[in-house]
Amino acid sequence: MASWKSHTLLDARDIARRFGARWVLRGASITVASGEVVGLLGANGSGKSTLLRVLATLLRPNAGTATIAGYDIMREPDAVRHNIGFLAHTPGLYDDLTARENLVFAAAMLGSPAADIDGALERVALTHVADERVRGFSAGMQRRLAIARLALSRPRVLLLDEPYSNLDTAGTVLMNSLITDTVDAGGAALVVLHELAPSAGVIDRLATVHDGRIASGFDAAEAEPRFALVGAD
Amino acid sequence: MGRSADWGRIRAIAWKDLTAERRSKAGFYSVAALGITILVLFGFALGPDTRALRDAAVGALWLAVFFAGVLTFNRSYQVELDGGALDTLLLYGGGRWTIFTGKLLANLAFVMMMLVIVLIVGAVLFQVQVPAQWPTLLAVLALGVIGLVTLGTFYAAMASRSRAREVLLPLLLFPMMVPVLLAAIQASKALFGADLMQESGAWMRLLVAYDLVFLIITHLAFEYVIEV
Repeated sequence: MASWKSHTLLDARDIARRFGARWVLRGASITVASGEVVGLLGANGSGKSTLLRVLATLLRPNAGTATIAGYDIMREPDAVRHNIGFLAHTPGLYDDLTARENLVFAAAMLGSPAADIDGALERVALTHVADERVRGFSAGMQRRLAIARLALSRPRVLLLDEPYSNLDTAGTVLMNSLITDTVDAGGAALVVLHELAPSAGVIDRLATVHDGRIASGFDAAEAEPRFALVGAD
Repeated sequence: MGRSADWGRIRAIAWKDLTAERRSKAGFYSVAALGITILVLFGFALGPDTRALRDAAVGALWLAVFFAGVLTFNRSYQVELDGGALDTLLLYGGGRWTIFTGKLLANLAFVMMMLVIVLIVGAVLFQVQVPAQWPTLLAVLALGVIGLVTLGTFYAAMASRSRAREVLLPLLLFPMMVPVLLAAIQASKALFGADLMQESGAWMRLLVAYDLVFLIITHLAFEYVIEV
């Protein structure tokens, strides 16, 4: 993995964003190199998800600049969208379409209607419910389908917001394999985390977000003792 | 490649919206039921006077289509808001206008189907005969629906970014729809009355101009209303 760490794929500088009078981001800066997976930790409301949404071009920043795969998020949002894979809290699926139809729709929107839908469903172990409506799926199954949709786009940079929520062990393995496949191909990932355990062995570096700023960064290998100390008393 | 990809996205969105609406229990039938209810209520309000019913038929029909259409436009974006699908939709590459065109086509198909039902029920309830100039009447209906759906789909996108979208959409749409409703009602009335003064042509030209202007403006402006 280390051999890929040659150039910066994500470079955010002094990103600020407010909702009404409340500043949620107050100058957040972070870089992620190719072949690198960075985890973002922080308390609820610290600005982690907002930072991810700004980088994904879903929110315009009030200040600051950012490039993803060399493209400016403000000036070249379409090029940025072609290079990212974004997974939000919610799976973003259509309840009244089947699992297969959701993926067929995603493939058409991505401009690759010949994508291997059956293969994608098989990879996330949803072949047996491929023709059932998503409305009847559990939260974990919906998350798996969202992973399959994400994989269809073959993104260079993954922006994942709490990707392990609702996933069982097998689902967690699937998510980690998507991340490692992406970085092994020279991509990068920025992952919002609430707990470290599911991402063990995948995250290279951790950063904490506090009060709308990136407060600190440290290698993932250092993280375990620190978090053990936090929970020790 | 670019054009075929754009067309592929437009088709995908129209297909997705129509499929989801067809399968949703609260979809087409509830909207059609609202249209029919409005017609029936107009019938009760006007009483048994056959002439009064006939005179009011065209206005009642267009208002039924309009109110049921508002419900359709709101639902069109509610499908995207449920489960956060709108964010995913916005992250696919390609021009934002393809999203608008896809939704516009789906809503057009939906409102046209509803119009057929409302027309049949209206003709029975209000005892209206099909006019001799029925091809021209069909053109008026199509032009009116295109104007209604274009503005409805656009303003529903704008309202979808607000928590008060159910209230906001009618407030935004009503004033903008006055010229379309007026022209469509007057042209339809003229045609049902044999159009002796050749009035329908002027109203139809107004509808064509209005539709063209707003089709262009809404396609250009959609990107700015759908983004936060």
